Parts: sequence; structure tokens; C-alpha cells
Amino acid sequence: MNWAVIIPLLLFLVIIFIIGFWASTYLKSSSSFLQEYFLGGRQLGGFILAMTMTATYGSASSFIGGPGAAYTQGLGWVLLSMAQLATGYFVLMILGKKFAIVTRKYKAITLVDFLKERYQSKWVVLLSAASIIIFLFSAMAAQWVGGARLIESLTGLSYTSALFIFAVSVLIYVIIGGFRAVALTDAVQGTVMFFGTLILLVATIIAGGGISNIVSDLTAENPNLITPYGFDGGLTPLYVSSFWILVGVGVVGLPQITVRAMSYKNAKSMHRAIIIGTIVIGFIMLGMHLIGVFARPILPGIEVGDTVMPLLAMEVLPAWLAGLVLAAPMAAIMSTVDSLLLLVSSAVVKDIYLNYIKPDASNQTVKNMSFGVTTILGVLVFLMALSPPDLIIWLNLFSFGGLEAAFIWPVVMGLYWRTGNKYGAISSMIVGVGSYILFHLYFPNPFGVHTVVLPIILSLVAFIVGSLVGKQRITESVKVA
Amino acid sequence: MKNGISDKDPRFKIAQREAWIGVILVIINFVWWFGFAYGMGSESVESYTYIFGLPAWFFFSCVGGFVLMVILVILAVKLLFKEVPFDDETEGTR
Repeated sequence: MNWAVIIPLLLFLVIIFIIGFWASTYLKSSSSFLQEYFLGGRQLGGFILAMTMTATYGSASSFIGGPGAAYTQGLGWVLLSMAQLATGYFVLMILGKKFAIVTRKYKAITLVDFLKERYQSKWVVLLSAASIIIFLFSAMAAQWVGGARLIESLTGLSYTSALFIFAVSVLIYVIIGGFRAVALTDAVQGTVMFFGTLILLVATIIAGGGISNIVSDLTAENPNLITPYGFDGGLTPLYVSSFWILVGVGVVGLPQITVRAMSYKNAKSMHRAIIIGTIVIGFIMLGMHLIGVFARPILPGIEVGDTVMPLLAMEVLPAWLAGLVLAAPMAAIMSTVDSLLLLVSSAVVKDIYLNYIKPDASNQTVKNMSFGVTTILGVLVFLMALSPPDLIIWLNLFSFGGLEAAFIWPVVMGLYWRTGNKYGAISSMIVGVGSYILFHLYFPNPFGVHTVVLPIILSLVAFIVGSLVGKQRITESVKVA
Repeated sequence: MKNGISDKDPRFKIAQREAWIGVILVIINFVWWFGFAYGMGSESVESYTYIFGLPAWFFFSCVGGFVLMVILVILAVKLLFKEVPFDDETEGTR
């Protein structure tokens, strides 16, 4: 075991625990348990808000998979990843103040609460809660596997013990501390991600003998690596541009991001968060992917892309500093998983149990339910991640695009288009998710764009047509009555 | 009136305007990113010019685009965004 690497990682976990315990003290003093547990009492300031959005969004793929792909593809992949810069400002600007005000009026605690009040439809609630539970549960299981693999590769522990350490660390602070613990630990994790990127970028440039040197090494190996078209010229402008939908503007539809847009204290926090979020996410995405490309001349011939970032950190940094930097992908995975866990738990407790099973549950029952459901979900994910069933792996493929296709229009049009109604919302969700799965299976990347693009367009059409047709039905039934 | 949301609420006018600013920013972002990447990057590699060691297309599109967007976002937020209260109860007291 490499203790110089492990000790900084352990220190990082201890700090996360302390924050979790501290955040749990708020739960005791709060008058509204649900609002505090699932939304942090709507008290987030600008810095925490920016960090929790960035950290929730930035996952294993930003720190492990992304740099690996950039290693293979060259600068074209960094170009593609820069579509994510938009998430820093776009989500908060689009949902913005209207979402903050409306969700307060509705006293909404989850995204589904908002949809329920806006569309007044049981089917909208059930469909959206089901999409959240199914897709995010699978996404979570996949991230846990990533977290455990990372610990496994760093410490030499077995996969099972690594998974156990990861599961226990995340579960404890999420269960006891709720949203506030998640957001505060996200802030620490986001900061670790930021500085981890900075340190590794500088060290990589130095190890490669300066940027000019690295770039000429790349050109000598394969000139395509420094073009926007990828190592074999396969990245077409249309395909790369279509990622602006998947990882740029489409992120407005991700429930784990949307719920954060109802958690902030005031307009000032939102303004600060937009600025900080743009800087932090832009820097992390540019830096991490550039690191992946720059790693190529330093560590040539790596076969498995996912190992580029850990191997590089151990190569170019002293062991203790590598430990600190490798806490960054750890942080990225933890900060995504904790938000997903809490969100799935809120969908079960608030959206299903309180809405349809026992609306008059006492505060104490709700409290026990929330702790209980979060724990059970955590244990379930742990069991799934031990040997992930094929179904989970399959569903995870759809989770990102599937959720975007399901929620983007019901949320955005629900806010800004008055005519939008439950018929539009239901058809948009069914068409969005259904067509996404069908395209993925039978017609991936149609016309050279990413699979997610057409389903998002189709679900918009479904929303508009459904709402207009539904509106006639509503007016007719009013006339008859 | 629709489900308790009043259209006349002046805060929603502000919110709507800011959402449009978001859309405009993302369009500027995309055009800049696309224009430099494929405008300068489609030349042959031998004729590339370099800035700080990076190919010029990449420097302008990704590094320059990032800096540009940070500046535009700061300007938009500081100059165009307005602070409004979120809770209805505090509306009259400010």
C-alpha cells in the first residue's frame, strides 16, 4: 500500500465527515424537517450554490473518463468538452428568479412538487417520480462502481472493501445531514476539484517541458491530435456541436441540477453563483481535458483511458501531492452520488409516500421515513454495485439523456408558456424518454448528431401539440359543464 | 392567473428578461466557439500559428472563449440583472 497517497485521501474523508455531523445539527433546530432535509432550508449562499451545482454536475466522467478520451482524441475532445462551459451560467439564468419565486409560492421541495402544482396531474407526478427513481438509481450505481474502482486502484484494496469504504463514507453524511450536508461537502469537494485540476495541470506542463514542447511532440506523433477533428478525423463539426445539447443547454432538465435552483437564499446568492459557477466549471473542464491531451507525450501507450489521470498524477507529482490531487476525482464522484441519493430518497418519501400513500403522516413519521428510505436506498445501491446487474448498466446509458428528454420541456415551458398543460407534459415525457431509448437501440447518432438531439426536439413538439390539443379538450369540457 | 402565478407580477418580467439574456449569451458562446475552432482549425496543420504554444484555433476558441464568457457573464450580472425579493411576505417591507 502506498501510504503517502492514502493519508491525504483519509484526511479528506475525515473533513467530509466533520462537515456532515455539523450540518446535522441544523436538522434538530429546524421547524420544517422536510424543507431542511431535502432543500437545506432554502438558505444556500452564492459560493455554496455555485460549488454544489458544479460538483454535482462534474462526475467521474469529468475526471476519469473525460481526460481518458482526450488522451486518445487530442485537442478535438477538449473542444467538445468546452460545451459544458454553458452549464455554468445557462441553468441558473434560464430557471432563474421565476423558478425560485414560483417554487416558493408552491412550497415545492422537489422538482416533482413543482410539476405537480403546475400541471395538477397525478400522472405527471407518477411519471416523473418513476423516471427519477429508475434513471438516477442506475446512474448512482454506475458512479459507485467508479468510486470503488478508483479506491481499489489507489490503495490496492479488494473491490469489495473499496466499495464498502466508499459506501460508508457517503451514506453516513447524507443520512444524518441531508441536503445541507450534501451542499456543504460539495463546496469542499468542488474546491478540491478546482485546486486538484490546477496543481495537476501545472505539474503536467512542467513535466512535458512546456506547452510548445508538448504540442510539437503531439504533432510529431499524429498531426490530427492538434486539429479539432480527433485523432482519426472522426469528430465532425456537427457531432461535436450536438454536445451543446447533451452537456450544455440540456442540463436544465437534470433533476439533480434543477433542485439546486430552488435552494438558494436570495437574488444576490444567485448572481454570485452564476459568476463563480462559470469560472469554476470552465476551468475544471478546460484544465482536466487539457491534462488528458498533455499526458500523451509524458506517458505514451496507455491502453485503458480511465487510468490516464491516476497514472499521470503518480508520475508527475510527489506522492503526498498526488494523494491530494487524486482526492479530486474522489470528490467528484462523492459529490454526484450524494446528491443523487438524496434526490431519489426525496422522490420516494415526498413525491410518492406523502402524496399518495399517507398524506397525513406526522412530522416524526416523515423524519423516520426519510432516514430509513435514504439508508435502504444506500444499502440497495451497495448491493447492486457489488456485481452490477446488466439492467442497471443498460439503464445507466440512458440516464443522462433520458432525464433531459423527460424534464427539459415540462420544466422550461411550464415556467414560461402559460398554455402548457398536463397533456403537453405527459406526452412530452413519454415521447422524450421513449424515443431516446428507441433511437439509442435502433438508430444511434442519427444524421451525425448525438442521439439525444432528436428526442429533445420530438419532446418539444409533443409538448406543444399535446398542450394545444389538450387545451381544446379542457375548453370543451368547460362548455359541456 | 394560472395556479396562483400572477402574470402581472413585475418580478416575472425581470425574470423573463434575464432568461433571454441567458439564451443570448449561450448563442454568443456557441458562435465564438464554433467560428474559431472550425474557421481556423480546418486549415492544414503545417499552416497553423501558435499562441502560448497552443494552436491558434484552440487558443481563441477554448481559452479565449472561456475568458470572454467569464467577462460577459460578469458584465451581464452586474449591469443587467436586478435583485428582487423571493418571498411574498417580504415583498411589501422592502
